[in-house]
Amino acid sequence: MAKIAPQAATYAATLKPARKRGWGRVSPYLFVFPWLFGFLAFTLGPLIFSLVISFFDWPIVGQVKFVGFGNYVEMFTQDSLFWKSFGVTVKFAALFVPLNIVVALGLAMLLNQNVRGSAFFRTAFYLPSVISGVALAMIWAWVYSGEYGILNFFLSLVGIDGPDWLNDTKWSLVAMVIASLWGQGSMMLIFLAGLKGIPKDLYESASIDGAGRFRQFRSITIPMLSPTVLFNLITSIIAAFQQLTLALVLTGGGPLKSTYFYAMYMYENAFKYFKMGYSAANAWFMFIIVLGLSFLVFKSSAAWVYYEGEIKSGSKTKSGARRRSS
Amino acid sequence: MSISNSMRKTFVYAMLAFCSLLFIAPLFWALTTALKDPTELYQFPPKWLPSVWKFGNFAEAWTVQPFNVFLKNTVVVTVMATLGQLISCAVVAYGFARFEFKGRNFLFLVVLSTMMIPWEVTMIPQYMEFNYLGWINTLKPLIVPAWFGSAYFIFLLRQFILTIPRELDEAATIDGASKLGIFLRIIVPLMGPALILVGVFQMMSCWNDYLGPLIFLNDQSKYTLTLGLAQFKGMFGVDMQSIMAITSLISIVPLAVFFFAQRYIVGGIAGTGIKG
Repeated sequence: MAKIAPQAATYAATLKPARKRGWGRVSPYLFVFPWLFGFLAFTLGPLIFSLVISFFDWPIVGQVKFVGFGNYVEMFTQDSLFWKSFGVTVKFAALFVPLNIVVALGLAMLLNQNVRGSAFFRTAFYLPSVISGVALAMIWAWVYSGEYGILNFFLSLVGIDGPDWLNDTKWSLVAMVIASLWGQGSMMLIFLAGLKGIPKDLYESASIDGAGRFRQFRSITIPMLSPTVLFNLITSIIAAFQQLTLALVLTGGGPLKSTYFYAMYMYENAFKYFKMGYSAANAWFMFIIVLGLSFLVFKSSAAWVYYEGEIKSGSKTKSGARRRSS
Repeated sequence: MSISNSMRKTFVYAMLAFCSLLFIAPLFWALTTALKDPTELYQFPPKWLPSVWKFGNFAEAWTVQPFNVFLKNTVVVTVMATLGQLISCAVVAYGFARFEFKGRNFLFLVVLSTMMIPWEVTMIPQYMEFNYLGWINTLKPLIVPAWFGSAYFIFLLRQFILTIPRELDEAATIDGASKLGIFLRIIVPLMGPALILVGVFQMMSCWNDYLGPLIFLNDQSKYTLTLGLAQFKGMFGVDMQSIMAITSLISIVPLAVFFFAQRYIVGGIAGTGIKG
């Protein structure tokens, strides 16, 4: 590299006048071109195309037919699997999202206690998040084994006769939630970073004022951490609606469709029955629901998310605080 | 005060130990299952350690399916996609970080908003697109898109480049370096930690990917390791120790990468929350 440097320099020098006019204006676009091309070819193009084909009866082989809102009407009015799978996913999200926040925050707070060896524990909590979703599903299939699994062994130690997790319609979805929680270490790391970012002097002055630990948690940790909670909340909602690998590998949607996630319904419509247009309509419905939910969460955040700026500006009372929403 | 403090410490340690047990025990059990004789698998209460350590289980499991082929495919995809991601994202991030041009802020906003689009929505047209190109049942759909950059990594690298002082660019310009020269000889060498982070993330997500290979590959000769592992699910007569042996083997790579690059990963993930 050092060898060609002088040449490159003289080459650049000869180009200089020209660069100001043509090349100089074009070159930034050359740098961002790879992304722009990929965006058009693999994101924007497919996005538009997917909206278009959602109005068609579009099998992978055979006649393409325009059906207007037919696909949407069909899934809302005639397809019981649509509602079934949507219900499963909503139930899953309702369990998973709050638990995920609580577990990740709880673990992060434990790690933030300044005890020795916290790096070791952090690694332990994060390890399951490193492996493949398929490996995770295989491990849990074995852990959940009704007769020989270690989960029921641990439960038997405290006198509980555990169910046959994956073959019991009452427990299969709970099993999915637990297995998903096991692999959510990145959220914990994000919370941990958020906790470490809270200035220590806030806690010091609070404890001088006589605030106990619980009061400190409620009045300092929660407000200071609320932007991170917002981020993790939206990420969790998106993740819950996209959950597919676990269902495919762990239960195949069963038993009796009790873990038949919406993403799996979509996947089967596209790649098992090759109803591409119909599946695209399914996908757009999910996209709109997730966008809507994220929007609502974001909108509500004005009421419960506190940004550091307002504390720095000196106003500590809730009512007087000016809220910044970006 | 000090008594309650030490009680609190004990409580914290007890909770930490209990929670790490919850996270480690399934992994540990998977590994020891892989080493057991089939006769010791189905027992209750379970045996935590095998009475004879059967290391031969790994080699045996490897031959149940053509895992050599799967390994080769996985390595090809992982290496090629990671290389593509590193090159394209660094170039694009440099473009966004160091140039003023018409539409830059708008385009960057587009980059950020693409992170919100769920893969499910673009998955079907992508499949049809690759089908049209004749790429189905080849490794191309898993490699080629990576050469055009992904929004999250571009964002990450751009933020990093913004922290590199512009004075370095200016000094190089005075010395006659071109924009490309500045990129290759100043920016890239300084981007080391950020590039490691992107490389590690991309490597792990390629290695672990299941849905991409599942949709785009049909033929067993094109399968990746995760597809091979998932295929055990529908096979009869495969013992649990073989499944757990393969599970353990394919998890070695991401685990090793994680241990090697832990400080980059922890810092990198922690950084994502701040942008919110």
